[in-house]
Amino acid sequence: MKRLLLPLAVASTLLAGCQSMQAPAPDQLRGTGDLGLIIERATGSVLVVDHSEYEILDRVEGLGDLSHASVVYSRDARYGYVFGRDGGLTKVDLLTGTIDERVIQSGNSIGGAISQDGEYVAVSNYEPGGVNVFDSDTLETVAEIPATYVNEEGKQDQSKTVGLVDAPGNRFVFSLFEAGEIWTVDMLTTPPDVSRHDAGEEPYDALITPDGRYYIAGLFGEDGLSMMDLWNPGQGVQTILPDYGKGEQRLPVYKMPHLEGWAIADGNAFVPAVGRHEVLVADMADWSMVERIPVQGQPVFVMASPDNRQIWVSFAHPKNNVVQVIDSQTREIIRTLEPGKSVLHMEFTPRGEEVWVSSRDSDRITVYSTRTLEEVARLPARKPSGIFFTNRAHALGL
Amino acid sequence: MKARCESVGPLVGFVLAVWLAPAASMAELNVDEAELENFVIQDCGSCHGLTMRGGLGPPLRPEDLEQLPAEAIAAIIREGVDGTAMPPWKALLSDDEMLWIGRQLKSGALVADD
Repeated sequence: MKRLLLPLAVASTLLAGCQSMQAPAPDQLRGTGDLGLIIERATGSVLVVDHSEYEILDRVEGLGDLSHASVVYSRDARYGYVFGRDGGLTKVDLLTGTIDERVIQSGNSIGGAISQDGEYVAVSNYEPGGVNVFDSDTLETVAEIPATYVNEEGKQDQSKTVGLVDAPGNRFVFSLFEAGEIWTVDMLTTPPDVSRHDAGEEPYDALITPDGRYYIAGLFGEDGLSMMDLWNPGQGVQTILPDYGKGEQRLPVYKMPHLEGWAIADGNAFVPAVGRHEVLVADMADWSMVERIPVQGQPVFVMASPDNRQIWVSFAHPKNNVVQVIDSQTREIIRTLEPGKSVLHMEFTPRGEEVWVSSRDSDRITVYSTRTLEEVARLPARKPSGIFFTNRAHALGL
Repeated sequence: MKARCESVGPLVGFVLAVWLAPAASMAELNVDEAELENFVIQDCGSCHGLTMRGGLGPPLRPEDLEQLPAEAIAAIIREGVDGTAMPPWKALLSDDEMLWIGRQLKSGALVADD
């Protein structure tokens, strides 16, 4: 977009004397529906990309420590809210390629969410443990919710928070790692009303199903997952897929799985197993285990294509140079791809004809066709990690 | 943090044994420094932060490690910390590599000027 500003500047010089703001000429307008942001984690920068043209439009710098950074979008899909590791929350304007607002809101954070109505941006913090809520327009603080609990020694402490998502009814839901709890926050009440629910041991990440009904947290401290039915919060949290590896030797977990983009296809949920070279398949009707699909490493992301026909799986170090594609119907691996060294993230285009894959140590993005499973484009990027397209603006939980 | 301290305890004897063997700590380390540096910043950084200021795992800047000799850090890397998300890395890293990482973390060489 910077290059578009130059002709504008020239035009306004030519129109010297005219004091009114000039609207961009019609051929300089554009929508944001095919744009996205790519995190360049080591350089504190993000790329603004156009996924119709495989084009890098801008690099926005000065966003701090972006290890484990993620993005949510304003409801007009113009602004991306980038959650950095160092507590930085940055509002990036995709059209101008500039930082619109930026605050350092904590010492250490791990992601965030935007409310159903688009008014609030919430950030999940490790240090101090809790969730902070901001006005999405100005990034002014609206609420601070410390994740207080009583620790093993009987003292009041603050827990790291993880798995923060938006839920219907303008609520936020998140999990407390040390405390083993799930909290819901009602943003329609002032101050926001918080409900606490006991969950399993050490929830490390969570997701909400695309319809906003089930909030499911993966557990690090025990096998199984904690699930909350948000249509029936009075029923509390139930454990699903308990004991999925009982009696089996667990492998060291070199990287925590991520649950965002969790695959739900054909009435089954596809879940990364913690510490095992398996993708678990659960029947969503009764949450029983259907199958354990052997894969080539410890899965990190298990993501369904938008049509739910394919499941794309990325892996933990040291087997992170490949991606495997599973057919959701036959539950068989149909292709093993090598997009580059240290694959960190995948993002489907909104209708799923292509998928973008980041390879951190190859400094590139590889784009595949989901139909042919062949590479269709490559883009250079500096140590890229997360890829986030603007269609997330209109999906619950993303 | 409690679990962390408890599980470090049993390592102390082992750590001392390594530490007191001068040949082990003085020898040149056989490592690919560029690759390891990238590994520490990027992979360790996933939990400890790219600038080692902490995340899911504790901060690992020199001031956080004053009480631990490099050999003790290497031992923690080797065996992991029970009851936490820190896995044992011995299947993936050599002794030289783990000691090199311990020394680099102590010196702060990988987290300078930020």
